[in-house]
Amino acid sequence: MIMQDPPIVELNGVNKWYGDFHVLKDIGLEVARGEKVVVCGPSGSGKSTMIRCINRLEEHQSGCIVVDGVELGDDLKAIEAIRRRVGMVFQSFNLFPHLTVLENLTLAPIRVAGMTPAEAADTAMALLERVRIPDQAAKYPGQLSGGQQQRVAIARALCLKPKVMLFDEPTSALDPEMVGEVLDVMTALASEGMTMICVTHEMAFARAVADTMVFMDEGRVVEVAKPALFFDHPANERTRRFLGKIIGH
Amino acid sequence: MASLWSNLRFRGLLYQVLVVGAVVALGGWLVHNTLVNLAARGIATGLGFLGREAGFDISESVIAFSPSDTYARALLVGLLNTLVVSGLGIVSATVLGTLIGVARLSGNWLVGRLSTVYIESIRNVPLLLQLFVWYGVVTSLPVARLALHPLPGVFLSNRGLVIPGLDWSQGWLPILDIPHLAGFNFVGGLTLSPEFAALLAGLTVYTAAFIAEIVRAGILAVPKGQTEAALSLGLSRGQILRLVILPQALRVIVPPLTSQYLNIAKNSPLAIAIGYPDLVAVSNTAINQTGQAVEGVALVMVVFLGISLALSALMNWYNKRVALVTR
Repeated sequence: MIMQDPPIVELNGVNKWYGDFHVLKDIGLEVARGEKVVVCGPSGSGKSTMIRCINRLEEHQSGCIVVDGVELGDDLKAIEAIRRRVGMVFQSFNLFPHLTVLENLTLAPIRVAGMTPAEAADTAMALLERVRIPDQAAKYPGQLSGGQQQRVAIARALCLKPKVMLFDEPTSALDPEMVGEVLDVMTALASEGMTMICVTHEMAFARAVADTMVFMDEGRVVEVAKPALFFDHPANERTRRFLGKIIGH
Repeated sequence: MASLWSNLRFRGLLYQVLVVGAVVALGGWLVHNTLVNLAARGIATGLGFLGREAGFDISESVIAFSPSDTYARALLVGLLNTLVVSGLGIVSATVLGTLIGVARLSGNWLVGRLSTVYIESIRNVPLLLQLFVWYGVVTSLPVARLALHPLPGVFLSNRGLVIPGLDWSQGWLPILDIPHLAGFNFVGGLTLSPEFAALLAGLTVYTAAFIAEIVRAGILAVPKGQTEAALSLGLSRGQILRLVILPQALRVIVPPLTSQYLNIAKNSPLAIAIGYPDLVAVSNTAINQTGQAVEGVALVMVVFLGISLALSALMNWYNKRVALVTR
């Protein structure tokens, strides 16, 4: 059924080099509207670089990336249009430390979408309710725990009502006891039908939420499969070894 | 006795008593020596000279002044001149320095290189030399009749820079007073003397080079993730600089910026080299006429200390205000 619609994110033959180092090799990936994709793989395999190409934090050198019908190229207007439709959550939160939680959430709606401050504050409070920290709105990021900061970051990424959310190892910088609260918010977001592309090593989350698993190694997409198949009968030898290492113990 | 000598508290106390004693003795000797020598030369001490008639004219002043006014008023004229040139210098050097600091980080190769050349050439040449150059430039401009006229109401000639001013004499509301050429000189408007223009240009251009480096360092101190987060929200480069980067860079920029502001105030006495009547130049004349060097120099020192401490206090207050809130 989702197969009929054109994919919301499409990567075709994408290549990228850092100097001589070939980070992304002929990446092809299609993400349908509402699909949850979890990307995993060893460090240095190009997972983060790939999702950072989708909103042009990294520039790809060949191939084509189309997001919601707009192709990423040198046109700044197209890039900014795509960024408004794609929310991103970072490993290190990257909240603006000089602004309060509420101001972090209202900055882009006011400056980019042209909302009035009152409208933006209403939207922001609704989002803070969704990530379950409305009482922290007046605080500064430095006064919050890591888990709370990451939940604010998720709310901030949602404030322009994006069509796709990118997560770049959102729980890797958190203390273990705070991972759960962030994954809960992400799971709730997934159940509301958001299109999500997550780079993560939280395999229990992946198994529960993902529609599609993507395994990357050495800059290539090695395996794309449904989670049941991916975890229980991985087709590729590299995938098997990787899963053995991170789930085995 | 041996045990007292090995007692750390006793030793600490003894050293402090010895140092204080030495400082007091040195100070007392200096004061005594000065008083004896002043008496031998028949020079009266005290600040009484401030009330006497100065008897010299000052080439430019923001308040009315004539040779029949007192030394106190002459020094006030000098102080105001110092404050005007330092104040304007601080504002213009901050604006120019910020622009060049941002330009040095520009992705545009030419803009980046030009800023680097500016910074490296300006900050490595002594300010005094630059003031002579600026003075040479300003005084070799064309005569008033052939003045450069880049904007309506703005004239640049060897008589200085003439700009539109405000005329308050016609009642409550000021009238814009646009200068025009009449005969060999300009009538109306505000005239900045060649000396003032050269000093302001010199202080601005010199200090801006240092401020540019401070601004650049401040911007680079903001983590790259901040820019990435702002980009991913669709903010433009200009918005990111204004709303995200500069506000955070300020907490790194403000303390060294304070030093540069103090430097502008403390470099302004180089005015004496090109004949701008700042506080030091005026007090120099006063000292020459009255012979009261000790009082004159002491006054100037106290005033500069006051200016510097006031500036520091202001900047420290500002720095506290822009500091980040953490738990």
